[in-house]
Amino acid sequence: MRPMLLSPPALTHLRQLEAESIHIIREVAAEFQNPVMLYSIGKDSSAMLHLARKAFHPGPLPFPLLHVDTTWKFRAMYEARDEVAKMPGVRLLVHVNRDGLAQGANPFDWTSQKYTTVMKTHGLLQALSKGGYDAAFGGARRDEEKSRAKERIFSFRDREGQWDPKNQRPELWNLYNGRVDKGESIRVFPLSNWTELDVWQYLWLEKVPVVPLYFAEERPVVERNGALIMADDDRLRLRPGEKPVMKRVRFRTLGCYPLSGAVESTATTLPEVIREMLLSKSSERQGRLIDHDEEGSMETKKREGYF
Amino acid sequence: MSTTPSPDAAGPLADIEDFLARHERKELVRFTTVGSVDDGKSTLIGRLLHDTGAVFDDQLRAVKKASVGRVEEEIDFSLFTDGLLAEREQGITIDVAYRYFSTETRKFIIADTPGHEEYTRNMATGASTADIAIILLDARLGVLPQSRRHAAIASLLGISQLVVAVNKMDLVDYDEAVYRKLLAEFGAFTAKLSFDGVSFVPVSAKRGDNVVMRSERMPWHAGQTLLGLLEMLPVRRARSDEPFRFPVQAVLRPNLDYRGFAGWVARGIVRAGEEVVVLPSGRTTRIAAIDTYEGSLSHAPAPLSVTLRLTEEVDVSRGEMIASKEAPPTVSNDVTASLVWLSERPFDPHRKLLMKHTSRWVPARIAGIEGRRALTTLELEPIEQISMNDIAIVRLHTTRPIFCDPYTTSRATGAFVLVDALDNGTVAAGMITGATPARDRRFDGPVSPTERAERLGHRAAVVRLSGEAVRIERALFEQGIYAIALDPPAASPDVVAKLCEAGLVVLLHDVDDARYEVCVAKTASVSRLEGALSVPILDMRAVAGDVAQHVLEAVTAADNESGAGI
Repeated sequence: MRPMLLSPPALTHLRQLEAESIHIIREVAAEFQNPVMLYSIGKDSSAMLHLARKAFHPGPLPFPLLHVDTTWKFRAMYEARDEVAKMPGVRLLVHVNRDGLAQGANPFDWTSQKYTTVMKTHGLLQALSKGGYDAAFGGARRDEEKSRAKERIFSFRDREGQWDPKNQRPELWNLYNGRVDKGESIRVFPLSNWTELDVWQYLWLEKVPVVPLYFAEERPVVERNGALIMADDDRLRLRPGEKPVMKRVRFRTLGCYPLSGAVESTATTLPEVIREMLLSKSSERQGRLIDHDEEGSMETKKREGYF
Repeated sequence: MSTTPSPDAAGPLADIEDFLARHERKELVRFTTVGSVDDGKSTLIGRLLHDTGAVFDDQLRAVKKASVGRVEEEIDFSLFTDGLLAEREQGITIDVAYRYFSTETRKFIIADTPGHEEYTRNMATGASTADIAIILLDARLGVLPQSRRHAAIASLLGISQLVVAVNKMDLVDYDEAVYRKLLAEFGAFTAKLSFDGVSFVPVSAKRGDNVVMRSERMPWHAGQTLLGLLEMLPVRRARSDEPFRFPVQAVLRPNLDYRGFAGWVARGIVRAGEEVVVLPSGRTTRIAAIDTYEGSLSHAPAPLSVTLRLTEEVDVSRGEMIASKEAPPTVSNDVTASLVWLSERPFDPHRKLLMKHTSRWVPARIAGIEGRRALTTLELEPIEQISMNDIAIVRLHTTRPIFCDPYTTSRATGAFVLVDALDNGTVAAGMITGATPARDRRFDGPVSPTERAERLGHRAAVVRLSGEAVRIERALFEQGIYAIALDPPAASPDVVAKLCEAGLVVLLHDVDDARYEVCVAKTASVSRLEGALSVPILDMRAVAGDVAQHVLEAVTAADNESGAGI
């Protein structure tokens, strides 16, 4: 007996974006020798991983996931990561910049900029070089930040992993040029054309699990420079007079917990999170303390090799 | 017309699930904005984003901060879009930027392309995926030569809808006569191009007139606002009467029982049970299933990404195509095309090119240049060489066939890019205007020298060197030439002849005259080679300069004597 055939989905913008992303992911898997998918545990990574699983269904992912860990992520993120590692067809690798840790890198004594450069950017470059990857997927979107608006979907990096905004390949139609020489690589952004709302809505529509930190809950926080920092474990160094208080908060972006600002919230479901996002009218990078150092800071970091 | 809710309008969000259900039904529309320097393009986009609520409060604060120190006292809307530091310093946009906003019915992707000297290549990039093009005219300056060119390029790139925004109406006192004059003049020009529709709207991007809000200062304008046009203009979608095309990206073989061809529907609609042809083999079979993560579909329209299974065990690889048997694409090695030259380095016939067409890479050669489109009239004019921003009309030869349609009927199977085989730069974007069908080929007989040469992208040759064979072998290999250096003891006539038959470039070094001559004689006597292709015999011992380059040119030059034309 023939199985029931489904009608194709209505061609809404989300289905068009999904089709585009799957096309990109398949092109990379087919054209590169040794691709890898950067997995940061956040919502964009969750959407990207879901798209990759769709792209190769019913087969396994033809590339590994790579988490560049700083050892300072939220505990709930490590739990979520371990769940992903158990998914069938998924192989997850973890890299930590041990040299950075040995040099004493931590989010308290070092400036956020230096800490991020050493533990994230250098850690990433180490991992990419160690794995000999010629392509690395990232979950960045063009709507996140101004300097991203001109990022290509296939973003060329030289032998040092650096990005030169004036030396990017023209990108027309869906004809991506992924040809590289030895040592050069391409960063690929399959979610380029998605907005924050699109990602949230897709995760909701597709029932993709996300880290519970995105939902409001009573959590112990201290207030620092106008930001609410969660005391996720006893490594958070309290300043004189600081005492964690329980507040109903959630996180709009996830990173190293001592550098991630929480927002007070009552949103406990994805639609409520989406409503808050639409009403707050403040772009999500604001929650990331690392971008506020100077105007154009993301552009500077990207030139150095940051995702 | 309504837009994404703003912070003070919580109303539409009261029932968030209802809001999401409505948002989910939006369709995706891409448009591009083109114009000349200083006609207010960035301001227009900034205004669209601001007035549709797509600008976040902290971005607005940052822009207000950055506006201080410039002469403008109001918000400088162009700052929402001028992203890179280098551009902010120079006050211009240097690359294509992508922006996003949505309304109740559509999600928009804007490709914002700069209007300075590199405009053609940037414009082509933005236009390649766009459904709609917005051209800005400065109400004070009228129709510029560039305006005509921009409209013509938008038409060439297959954009179906053109919107002409007559900007800076505030600077001409919102005078209807100025607008009418421009409409008549530019309307007459655009009528000659191949748009499905051309719409006009008078705006002031700086003051917001007729961008999102209807202008009270131009009551004489009875038509839509700019956003109104963007929301209602029809865009082309896959039609059921179009033959389907499915470029194969990858073969999925998770287990012995499953063999699926992953790809995307580039054109038309594929249906389960439909009879199809696999190209280039020409085998016919049927669609057994259209698989997705959610389950098998009855049919799938462009541009969905799906996985096809076939009823018979047919060998299909990446870069091949599954297509409608009723109306298959043209299988061709020889196409004519409009080519937008993107590279700063002009076309150089000695550099090898690769073509990416759908999911397929093939070596390609520009076999003839018909001319280029003149800057403003777009009439064909003769050229010596192709330079950046030229729109050249060329004939191309590919060493392996592509499966194509004319760009005007099918963007996805009519478009290609050319890549420099050595430095990997994307040098040109092409739109196919015509294709000569490859002659019917037999796939069961012996492999001919011509087929081998087409596969390799060059002819066989015998080359005599005085030394340095390893270095030259490497230099040729890096240029895509399959060369093999033979040591004197290995250089027997039979071996040399056989390697030439296989299509290789044989490098002989330190051989004496007697042995060299028997090798050459044996090679020439192999009859199967003589019939189709001549084998260049190159004595390079006395040649000064770049020996590898000489060899490269000899084995890739058109073979006029035999007419094989590889």
